[in-house]
Amino acid sequence: MLKNTLTEILYVLVGLVCLYSTVKIVRSKDHPSRWPTALFWFILFIVFTFSRVGMIWGDAKVKISDTVIGYLVIILAVLSALKLVKIGKFSESTIEFKKESAMKIGNKIFIPALSLGVVAFIVAQVWAKQLGTLIALGAAALVASILALAFTRGKVSDMVEDGSRLLEMIGPVSILPQVLAALGSVFAAAGVGKLIASGMSHVIPQGNILAGVIVYCSGMALFTMIMGNAFAAFAVITAGIGLPFVIAQGGNPVIVSALGLTAGYCGTLMTPMAANFNIVPTAILEIEDKRWGVIKNQVPVALVMLALHMVLMYLWAF
Amino acid sequence: MIKLIGILIIVVGFVLKLDTIAVVVGAGLITGLVSGMSWNDIVTILGKAFVENRYMTIFIVSLPAIGLLERYGLRERAAYLISRIRSATAGRITSLYLVIRTISAVFSVRLGGHVQFIRPLILPMSMGAAENRYGQLEKKDEEKIKGLNAASDNYANFFGQNGFVAAGGVLLIVGVLKELKITVEAVDIATASLPMAGIILVVGTAQFLLNDRRLAKKYQIRQNEKKE
Repeated sequence: MLKNTLTEILYVLVGLVCLYSTVKIVRSKDHPSRWPTALFWFILFIVFTFSRVGMIWGDAKVKISDTVIGYLVIILAVLSALKLVKIGKFSESTIEFKKESAMKIGNKIFIPALSLGVVAFIVAQVWAKQLGTLIALGAAALVASILALAFTRGKVSDMVEDGSRLLEMIGPVSILPQVLAALGSVFAAAGVGKLIASGMSHVIPQGNILAGVIVYCSGMALFTMIMGNAFAAFAVITAGIGLPFVIAQGGNPVIVSALGLTAGYCGTLMTPMAANFNIVPTAILEIEDKRWGVIKNQVPVALVMLALHMVLMYLWAF
Repeated sequence: MIKLIGILIIVVGFVLKLDTIAVVVGAGLITGLVSGMSWNDIVTILGKAFVENRYMTIFIVSLPAIGLLERYGLRERAAYLISRIRSATAGRITSLYLVIRTISAVFSVRLGGHVQFIRPLILPMSMGAAENRYGQLEKKDEEKIKGLNAASDNYANFFGQNGFVAAGGVLLIVGVLKELKITVEAVDIATASLPMAGIILVVGTAQFLLNDRRLAKKYQIRQNEKKE
């Protein structure tokens, strides 16, 4: 109950950051793409704040229907496709100011930064059952904001401005993970996974353990790359390949399944479909190559890890 | 077979560098249509999944604090601090982060994240260490350090998290195997996940230190040339 209420309030806060961006963009007359960009962030404000707003007081019926949200998502996609979502101007401090205040504040500036992780950890440990990790993140963000204001003696308006600057810099990419999850749902409803699993099971020679291990591990990686999500792949590929071609041949189910899932993670490292791990960070870290900037570094490691998964599964599970 | 058209659209879209969000939504709509789902159902599934996965975008709430700290020189301070440690290199810092992040993931401590740790702390430290050694870096090498930084968080997160008994992945495995009429204990799955957590530390560290060596070679030669 409390968990649902707090989680929903957290989404309202996310929505408010989007709303701040919207208002600011509408006001800035020299914005390169004023109205479409404002519309983009306004839709996100609506979706985050109101889609399940009734959960705040425990009435799940007060919500925006999923169909309406679906159409809103399509509008977001169209705005993004037409390249109408752009970044405006921001008041950022100068390098000189940053260096000077870094010296003035000293190492105390790390306290609010570290509190993000530490407070999230403590809250998650103490109230794990009641609250879950999301609330822990939200509580940590709140504590870090207060500490940041206290130690820097900065203004609240600067803080909100900075938050929306980072958000607009990340831009439409910030919603990519959600859109991909939605695609995964459509794929699942359409039965794409079962089709692939049955197709792959035709290529494995019966009674060959090594072939089973290789196809299971690479199937997990490949299917994860397509879906962008190892969890979705695991159920399908383990039922379709892991059980009949590896476990049924005498493989220890504990070892086979544990390694099977992490073999899928090797695929996660190689796919732009896993946007929250591979694409969003390019925006967060301001990497120029938005598509492959992270992935190209991960591919060699992912391939080595995948090969090691096959070796370990073959030697350890049998 | 026609159902696979969505995957084809994604691949072609990525290769042609079309707008990613539009490609993904388009692939979903077309896959649904060719599979015989009604337009209304598809849009509803799309909207439902979007709302239910709002948690993926929750990192937005921590942006204001990080933004304000950056305004007051957080990254400059991190770079300054690291520049006083002579033995620090980009690769060593990234490796140390990989180790700490993996171990804390095994204990289900979410002490990490691209927004929470890499951008405000680890990246400025890595950059600071590299610039301290080699002076101004080429754009290409900066991009490489950023990419490896981002990768280190993913390595630790992916291969460390299943070492924890109540991790989402572990519970998923137990649940899926139960559906397949095989009973396994969560604690055994977590134990069987530990070797890979150890292996990624070795493989990841090797990658980060190799990049150190490459940088050292490249910029040392350059410095020698300047002297001659």
